[in-house]
Amino acid sequence: MTVLLELRDVVKHFPVRDALGRRAGAVHAVDGVSLSVAEGEVLAIVGESGCGKSTLGRVMLRLIEPDSGSVRFAGEDLATLSPSALRARRRDMQIIFQDPFGSLDPRMTVAQAIAEPLRLHRLVPRAEEPARVTELLRRVGLRPESAGRWPHEFSGGQRQRIAIARALASNPRLIIGDEPVSALDVSVQAQVINLLRDLIRDLRLTFVLVSHDLGVVRHVADRVAVMYLGRIVEEGPAEEVLGAPRHPYTRALVAAMPGAQTKTPPLEGDVPSPIAPPSGCRFHTRCAFAAERCRAETPRLEGMGHAVACHFAESLPPPAERIAALGGGERLARLQAFFRGTAPSPTGMGEHA
Amino acid sequence: MGDEAPYLRHRDFPVSTPVLDVSGLSLGFRQDGRMLGILDGISFRAEAGKTLAIVGESGCGKSVASLAIMGLLPENAMVSGSARLMGRDLLGMSAEERRALRGAEMAMIFQEPMTSLNPAFTAGEQVAEALRLHQRLDRDAAFKAAVAMLEKVRIPDAARRARQYPHQLSGGMRQRVMIAIALACRPKLLIADEPTTALDVTVQAQILALLDDLKRETGTAVILITHDLGVVADHADDVVVMYAGRVAEQARAADLFARPEHPYTVGLLGAAPAAGVRGERLASIEGTVPDLRAPPPGCRFAPRCPFAIARCAEGAPPLTEVAPGHFSACLRAPLDGMLGVAA
Repeated sequence: MTVLLELRDVVKHFPVRDALGRRAGAVHAVDGVSLSVAEGEVLAIVGESGCGKSTLGRVMLRLIEPDSGSVRFAGEDLATLSPSALRARRRDMQIIFQDPFGSLDPRMTVAQAIAEPLRLHRLVPRAEEPARVTELLRRVGLRPESAGRWPHEFSGGQRQRIAIARALASNPRLIIGDEPVSALDVSVQAQVINLLRDLIRDLRLTFVLVSHDLGVVRHVADRVAVMYLGRIVEEGPAEEVLGAPRHPYTRALVAAMPGAQTKTPPLEGDVPSPIAPPSGCRFHTRCAFAAERCRAETPRLEGMGHAVACHFAESLPPPAERIAALGGGERLARLQAFFRGTAPSPTGMGEHA
Repeated sequence: MGDEAPYLRHRDFPVSTPVLDVSGLSLGFRQDGRMLGILDGISFRAEAGKTLAIVGESGCGKSVASLAIMGLLPENAMVSGSARLMGRDLLGMSAEERRALRGAEMAMIFQEPMTSLNPAFTAGEQVAEALRLHQRLDRDAAFKAAVAMLEKVRIPDAARRARQYPHQLSGGMRQRVMIAIALACRPKLLIADEPTTALDVTVQAQILALLDDLKRETGTAVILITHDLGVVADHADDVVVMYAGRVAEQARAADLFARPEHPYTVGLLGAAPAAGVRGERLASIEGTVPDLRAPPPGCRFAPRCPFAIARCAEGAPPLTEVAPGHFSACLRAPLDGMLGVAA
């Protein structure tokens, strides 16, 4: 597989100022992150608030300039591109945000919102615009008649579909989804997750999912990178990272997933401030396995394929077993098949008009 | 936890009598001369020392039901039915009587603790205020008791934190302060409305574990309002599933997850990304929640239900006991009948 996006030692700190505007430290949002995303892959960046996952997503598109380190897209260093070359590159990379109510201009019709990137990048002649808009609306499961309507006429889930159609308009190679389904209700969330998976498969998209929700990640991602206070602590195939987590923090995250019914006691305390992150391994203040070495020495992210940044990754006891409380067994699976439309007609369906 | 703190001691109360008994609760808002129906005859019971989860998506009425119980509805609300707290009808009593019960007998915590806490007072002062309002304690005694209460909700270094203002505390700690305020007077009923939705998942786990421990220790009946079935599976004893202002299904939590008997519950379980097989399509429910200004006739879930038949549109299906203690408002329940031909 070819690498589409490559980050090397990316650092981004945001200055913090006191009441008089003097510099009073910095938020260590991203602190030395290296990552690569292969063409056609779905990489999830997970972590709790303040871990730097959203900043990292924006750095990937150069919506935020990193303080140091490099971001290469399709072999090109984005930092060295001229403004016009970067603008041309932007058609290849798009972003979908969490809030479907904030990300669409209320004064633009759906057609205008979707056509904007087409015009910006001069992708189709004006005459062909309506046909392209119709095609995009169909792709995301909306009726072509939606084109003339306004954002406020749509529900949250429908708005997120419009935002997805807009992101797809320029035929991008890479899409960043920053918590794209977090604001949606469960049943609508499932529809949008299914849509995203179909689009990723059919359009061979490379997708970076920024999310705090391991349930969503589990369903969408091929690979997972877990962040804690600006650093990646574990990275590898989704099945391994979520199924057999190796870093104590990842284990705690997986155990804290609602519905896990593990008897593991929850992690103590809050995430420390990213303005003054702990020394050594940043997780040591909350880690049940922490030793002297963890306070002094920063662990490196090591391992081929499945990498862990923990001094004691090799000697930790096995994690507690998860019991899938929501699995429900065969009866539930057979009932749910009717919702997927993959089951034969239920008994008595003949009465249906 | 220690047993020395006097404010959380178990009060004997027969387990069989519900702390809260809600029956046929309907609610609507007068709007522009018209009536917008929100709740349509819902019933449930909360028992001492147990957690009743009310689960549903936005707009199903789960939050408004709790506001009705607490007496926190706006002026234009019209309520009917009954809600009895320890046998006393809450809906029939005066606003003043209900105010006296709030805090003392029933308390509520919300999703965003920052908006419920007063930014101008310290955490300790706010817990102390709750204690002084309902118990005759002087200032110093109340503050001392407040610090003990903050310890009880496992705020580290409670004596120091008690002197801090809400903005100096993390989201998790603020929610602990809210819980301390709510439980300060040993209420018989605690309603927690999405108490952990705004919190990170590791902090959510801490707060829910804390609520579990406090409930066991004090015998408080907890109503946990949530959209998260995973939270329900981990923390609830009993569950009410709501859809579009009505109860769809009601059961012991273990029974609900083992054998859901309402199609909406089946769909919700299939839509939860934490469930299901990795890599498989989620069994999403098509369509959207109905507009309550013009709800569909009959069963409100019928337009989205793969099991719907013509009769489903004819009248609201009654909540029927399909197995001992397991109720479903579905004409087609028990759903095993649906699987007859699907071998």
